[in-house]
Amino acid sequence: MTAVLQYEDAMAAFDPVLGLEVHVELNTASKMFCGCSTAFGAEPNTQVCAVCLGLPGALPVVNAKAVESAIRIGLALNCRVAEWCRFARKNYFYPDMPKNYQISQYDEPICYDGWTEVVLDGETYRIGIERAHMEEDTGKSLHVGGATGRIHGADYSLLDYNRAGVPLIEIVTKPIEGTGAKAPQVARAYVAMLRDLVRALGVSDVRMEQGSLRCDANVSLRPLGTTAYGTRTETKNVNSLRSVERAVRYEITRQAAVLAGGGRVIQETRHWHEDSGTTTAGRSKEMAEDYRYFPEPDLVPIAPSRAWVSELRGTLPEPPAERLRRVSAEWGFSDLELRDVVNAGAVNVIEATVAAGASPQSARKWWLSEIARRANEAGVDLEDVRITPRQVAEIQALVDSGTINDRLARQVFDGVIAGEGSPAEVVAARKLAVVSDEGALSTAVDAAIAANPDVADKIRSGKVQAAGALIGAVMKDLRGQADASRVRELILQRLG
Amino acid sequence: MTPTTMPDDHPARSGSGDHHAKIIRQTAADLAAKIRDRQLSSVEVTRAHLERIAEVDGEVHAFLYVDGERALADAARIDAKIAAGEPVGPLAGVPVAVKDVFAYSGAPTTCGSKILSGWLPPYDATVVHRLLDSDLVILGKTNMDEFAMGSSTENSAYGPTHNPWDLSRIPGGSGGGSSASLAAFESPLAIGSDTGGSIRQPAAVTGTVGVKPTYGGTSRYGLVALASSLDQPGPCARTVLDAALLHQVIAGHDPCDSTSIDAPVPDVVAAARSGDVTGLKIGVVTELGGEGYAPGVEQRFRESVDLLASLGAEIVEVSCPHFVYALPTYYLILPAECSSNLAKFDAMRYGLRVGDDGTASAEQVMATTRQAGFGAEVKRRIILGTYALSSGYYDAYYGQAQKVRTLISRDFERAFGQADVLISPSTPLTAFQIGEKVDDPLAMYYNDLCTIPSNLAGNASGSFPVGLAPEDGLPVGLQVMAPPLADDRVYRVGAALERALTERWGGSLLDRVPELAVPA
Amino acid sequence: MALTPTDVAALARLARIDLTADELAQLAPQLEVILESVARVSDVAAADIPPTSHALPLTNVFRDDALRPSLPRDLILAGAPAAEHDRFRVPRILGEEA
Repeated sequence: MTAVLQYEDAMAAFDPVLGLEVHVELNTASKMFCGCSTAFGAEPNTQVCAVCLGLPGALPVVNAKAVESAIRIGLALNCRVAEWCRFARKNYFYPDMPKNYQISQYDEPICYDGWTEVVLDGETYRIGIERAHMEEDTGKSLHVGGATGRIHGADYSLLDYNRAGVPLIEIVTKPIEGTGAKAPQVARAYVAMLRDLVRALGVSDVRMEQGSLRCDANVSLRPLGTTAYGTRTETKNVNSLRSVERAVRYEITRQAAVLAGGGRVIQETRHWHEDSGTTTAGRSKEMAEDYRYFPEPDLVPIAPSRAWVSELRGTLPEPPAERLRRVSAEWGFSDLELRDVVNAGAVNVIEATVAAGASPQSARKWWLSEIARRANEAGVDLEDVRITPRQVAEIQALVDSGTINDRLARQVFDGVIAGEGSPAEVVAARKLAVVSDEGALSTAVDAAIAANPDVADKIRSGKVQAAGALIGAVMKDLRGQADASRVRELILQRLG
Repeated sequence: MTPTTMPDDHPARSGSGDHHAKIIRQTAADLAAKIRDRQLSSVEVTRAHLERIAEVDGEVHAFLYVDGERALADAARIDAKIAAGEPVGPLAGVPVAVKDVFAYSGAPTTCGSKILSGWLPPYDATVVHRLLDSDLVILGKTNMDEFAMGSSTENSAYGPTHNPWDLSRIPGGSGGGSSASLAAFESPLAIGSDTGGSIRQPAAVTGTVGVKPTYGGTSRYGLVALASSLDQPGPCARTVLDAALLHQVIAGHDPCDSTSIDAPVPDVVAAARSGDVTGLKIGVVTELGGEGYAPGVEQRFRESVDLLASLGAEIVEVSCPHFVYALPTYYLILPAECSSNLAKFDAMRYGLRVGDDGTASAEQVMATTRQAGFGAEVKRRIILGTYALSSGYYDAYYGQAQKVRTLISRDFERAFGQADVLISPSTPLTAFQIGEKVDDPLAMYYNDLCTIPSNLAGNASGSFPVGLAPEDGLPVGLQVMAPPLADDRVYRVGAALERALTERWGGSLLDRVPELAVPA
Repeated sequence: MALTPTDVAALARLARIDLTADELAQLAPQLEVILESVARVSDVAAADIPPTSHALPLTNVFRDDALRPSLPRDLILAGAPAAEHDRFRVPRILGEEA
């Protein structure tokens, strides 16, 4: 059991510095350097050619759309776009990399020196962007024979190169300082914001659980009040927004324990484990791999004209901070409500739900209660719960029209998320419609009155509040499928 | 051993000896004309060359792989096209040999290495594709120094090739197989690749023609990379016109090669036919000559300079002071790039796999396989290149070398401001004995002294036979260098020399190649 | 800056070549000689000279984001030293998990 310090104790002594590296898998039709398809889910090794398989003699040719996407991402992050830059080879041996070098960018990234803003709990954090550059993805390996399907203890591996060569944009922040105890949340908020930004650009599906958005979290600590950076670790396998926050938090507590005990943090790559909520050491990076970078001789430099950059600037969507200001004005949320929405990463889904016809308040209510609860239980992000904003709006519409009530709506959520169909289909299949037949209601009301004579007397004598018990009885009788206020009306009519 | 798919009782072997002897002595241009006019069939021509290969390649060992059946089938199809009046390329039906560094689908491509033994590429190099598209007949793949590293073809994992002028001598390298196949009349045409002189130096020591186009002039797609920023496929032939015709077929823009030039191929054929050098300013490079050059090489070079002057060219002396740094620059850049290019040979996806006993890790199998599959020179350059790129050393080595490359390019620019072409001997020495320099890497590198600058700067350059050295009777080549995209000037000067020298000699230099013993 | 066999061994590891002790011993002086001769480039490579990585001043060579046929799977696996379940089979990998 690795020692960790209590978070509060860690914060009392140390100041965390973060560095976040996010890889975005572009949604181009073809790969970075060849015309093979990037479509997901194909049979193994059916989307491979001489180029992406790295066969002797094959040569790469740059995908123009990938360059365009890289520039747009950089512009959206307020980066400078290089006037002239090159690709570089990053040389190392690994079976999932067919050429045993990755074509990437080294000291000449296409975009650099930018910034972005993250809003958290009403505070705005300005985060420097070091660079955004282009590179190619690797193939995928299946490790066979070990207990867990992971590399350790495997007997052999099977390689599928379908993903080799898919375009990636790597976005690296400058050191993120001054977040203090909020470091884990800021990290999460940054990744969420980046995800929304990239999605708004339309250049990637940015689904963390599918791997089209990947985050490596670098964490280091320094004693409070000092300025020199501590030794950092890099944590991989962070596959959701929740994981970003949890992993950063864990690393802080782990490193704090090491330092507090007089030890030294080892510079290494660590692996996040969602189940145990801990990180474990990968191979030590004390002896850092020598990548022997040099300019890629099979490709020529990229020199984006200023006219092209200008044109692409015109295609950018609304910056997130501005968008937040706009929607908060439109929705009329209180500061606290807005804060909750932002913290939950729900701005997108609420906006989409409102666009589908729901009121902002009802959208907020459902996403932050019903759906958030389910997301937490399943350990996934809000957007990965199996319900769409349109469906949420449909459910609210059913409540508004009186077809169902709030309590029944929860069962509809159950059904939709379980894959039983659309909200209307679930209502029908599970027979959740509120009973609107006056006759049936009357019968139930009469039965409740007859079964509770004392309560009925109280009401007759003027104690209207007592109606609650009768309403409860009617609702129980009708399995909740009644409009409570109508039931109340009928009761009071009878006993009024 | 030359693996050939032509059995002893194949009809091709039964052709009339005289008839075939006449065929194989002809130029590609003549053969093409006769095939087009249907005086000869491509099948006959192909058969004649296959027979010649069967007769002499046991001694020459120019070929690593010959597919007689496939060649004859291709030839038959081309004959049928011609008979049907369909349009065919200018060299239709003419056989060609391809250096084993190019991918040719369905045929082994070994690059002269054990690590690729048995690999059948699933695709064709662009250059190969263009040969096939232009209706040439590919005879087979020729021998080479392993992964094009060498100047003698002694580094081939499959045994050396022998110079037809003297079988105890090297045919040059790395493309010794291609040049020897020409000098032995096994093929009228060949394709090579030139990184530091691998087309030009073999041409010089075998008395044949070899040209390195402007970098980017010919597609590298399908050429197994040695040094990506230096490699260039090119034509090899016995005459200047043949080389120009072949150049025209293979050169030109290729969207599959990002470094290929998007411009029309210079009119090399017209230049080869013209050979007119009146008024041309020809610069003799001061630094490429003198001490260390064989006397016969210098003598034939001087004679050629006088000859060109007598043909109306203006001779000037130019200095390229940074050329003395070309060799060391090259021997930093090449190993660096090749150490990365050769990393893909790791036993995981194709080629040799050694040591996979069920317990060894992938990393171990990679290291064991590369140890077993790579020869000494390849290992030497990979290690050197790994060092040159290492952190802490990049600036001192690779980084510096790239700067000197700029200086060499500037020398060329300045020189081309004073002259239309530059000339020098193609290589300091004539063909040396097999085994003579194999243990002295630096001595071996020395052969590339004259040719390397053009690879570093990327300009066009070719080697043309200008005689035999008096002291040993071995061929001497003269190198013609032209500015980038002015490849035609190379052919113009080469053609001028050829015409004048052929007249002086009363025939081709290759008429004097000793008869190769034909098995009884 | 003499290259020792140990230096060469480190390079051989980086380059994944299992050199023998003899080869290490032989290579070190050979490389040393080569390095000495190539060190001459430092004589002229002044700081203000831009490096050349391409002989030609080409820039912006791109292709459209269009699909082109992939290679048939059986063809690419045919050359594989080992294949299983339509994938390349390789020995156990020691390296860190991606």
